[in-house]
Amino acid sequence: MSALRRLAPMILGVIVLAAWEGGVRLLAIPAFVLPPPSAVMAALLADPDTLGLSLWFTLAVTLQAFALAVAGGVALAILFTRSPLLASALYPYAVILQVTPVMAIAPLLLVWVGYERVDLAQLILAWIVAFFPILGNTTLGLRSADAGLRDLFRLYGASKWQVLWRLELPSALPYLLAGMKISGGLALIGAVVAEFVAGSGTGSGLAWRIVDASNRLNTPRMFAALALLSLLGIAIFAVLSLVQRLALRRWHDSEAANR
Amino acid sequence: MGQGPAPSLEPPFLELRGVSKRYPNGTVALSDISMAVGEGEFLAIVGASGCGKSTILRHVAGLVAPSAGDIRWSRPPAAGGIGMVFQEPTLMPWARIQDNVRLPLDLAKVPRVEADARVAALLAQVGLADFAQAYPRELSGGMKMRASIARALVTRPRLLLMDEPFAALDEITRQKLNDDLLALWGEQCFTVLFVTHSVYEGVYLANRAIVMAPRPGRIHADIPLDLPYPRDEALRTDARYAAACRQVSLALADAMRSPGHSSGETAA
Repeated sequence: MSALRRLAPMILGVIVLAAWEGGVRLLAIPAFVLPPPSAVMAALLADPDTLGLSLWFTLAVTLQAFALAVAGGVALAILFTRSPLLASALYPYAVILQVTPVMAIAPLLLVWVGYERVDLAQLILAWIVAFFPILGNTTLGLRSADAGLRDLFRLYGASKWQVLWRLELPSALPYLLAGMKISGGLALIGAVVAEFVAGSGTGSGLAWRIVDASNRLNTPRMFAALALLSLLGIAIFAVLSLVQRLALRRWHDSEAANR
Repeated sequence: MGQGPAPSLEPPFLELRGVSKRYPNGTVALSDISMAVGEGEFLAIVGASGCGKSTILRHVAGLVAPSAGDIRWSRPPAAGGIGMVFQEPTLMPWARIQDNVRLPLDLAKVPRVEADARVAALLAQVGLADFAQAYPRELSGGMKMRASIARALVTRPRLLLMDEPFAALDEITRQKLNDDLLALWGEQCFTVLFVTHSVYEGVYLANRAIVMAPRPGRIHADIPLDLPYPRDEALRTDARYAAACRQVSLALADAMRSPGHSSGETAA
């Protein structure tokens, strides 16, 4: 990839920011409608402790939910592929949980866990949305182990444990990693949604900062919190992409072909 | 070389008696297959696609149970007593070549030091010593097949099942692998069942050719190939080789015409 192509997104970003800044000043748009980038940066620097703490809080909830989603999704996928009966019994409910918009479940969940435990509602909602791609992808991956290799393991009298550990889990790894990339972003959405729906001062994540700033018509601060949320999402995606590349680069066509 | 069919009163190394396979959908893959294999034989099973050649191997490997008939051994094979090479190299893409070749030993929980020594020796024998650390995708088709053969031999099996192993390779690579396979067979005295749709390959390698007829899969002819071992390139232009190929080809053509065959097509 040429240097120009690598730099192209940044150059475009700078141009857009400059046009934004210039346009807002030239047309004298009030800051509560559209603050210039300089005002957003100022809002960010004006209160770095509160926003930083909120960033940390949202990150912590997202990562916890993501970790639980990976552990639960992989474990359930293994159970599903061991027991077709269990799979057919549980699968429809997993789908129901997935297709019901998480936004619509949030109020109910908040009633159950209590508005003073928004963090718990965040964790559960983030887990619900992050869980399904892990379950679906890992199940598919475990089932897609090469039929010839399955025959080979049978020929050598491999135990079920050996088949799982040495054949099925490695076969599922590319699928799992692809699922993790999707789940990472979804976990962040789940963590944000709960705070929005709670809409009270009991939340302390970035989403609450946006709601709070919106109530006060402090648009620059809304943008600042929004920018931090975007950065968080980008960071999660970048880290998971890196993990994917490192894990697959020697052997899997999806990554090895790019070398 | 001391190899070849050993006529004796002892029970044969491997014997199929009236083996038939009917699948639940009604397809009859094998019909009344009876054959005996002597220890140390190199048996070619020749036939068109869809005539049940591979199904015979899968029965012998114990991957499929026959609907009727039985499979007898002079001594039932222990775990690792049968090696198998498929049409595809069937390597684990996430594992290095040495780890792929060591797999059967790992599954049998052979101590790591002993297993590594055997893997290294075998990789040297098949000419892959320098590629022990490589991943399968970094190897050519022929090299992957060598790794697959090394894996099949790493347990020192008494029987090697080969299911059109070289069908996907180019002619030059295939002939080289044929020669190397014969050399390994000469050294290690295992028995080979070699499935192929190539008459020329089967005759070049084997001391006996079983010609299969399709739909349902059955044995049409059992032809001894009295060509001397060791065999090399010179054999390919030998008149006796040409005569043997002609004999097997005629039997194969005859098999395609034989009753029980529903159409003139060979494709499956």
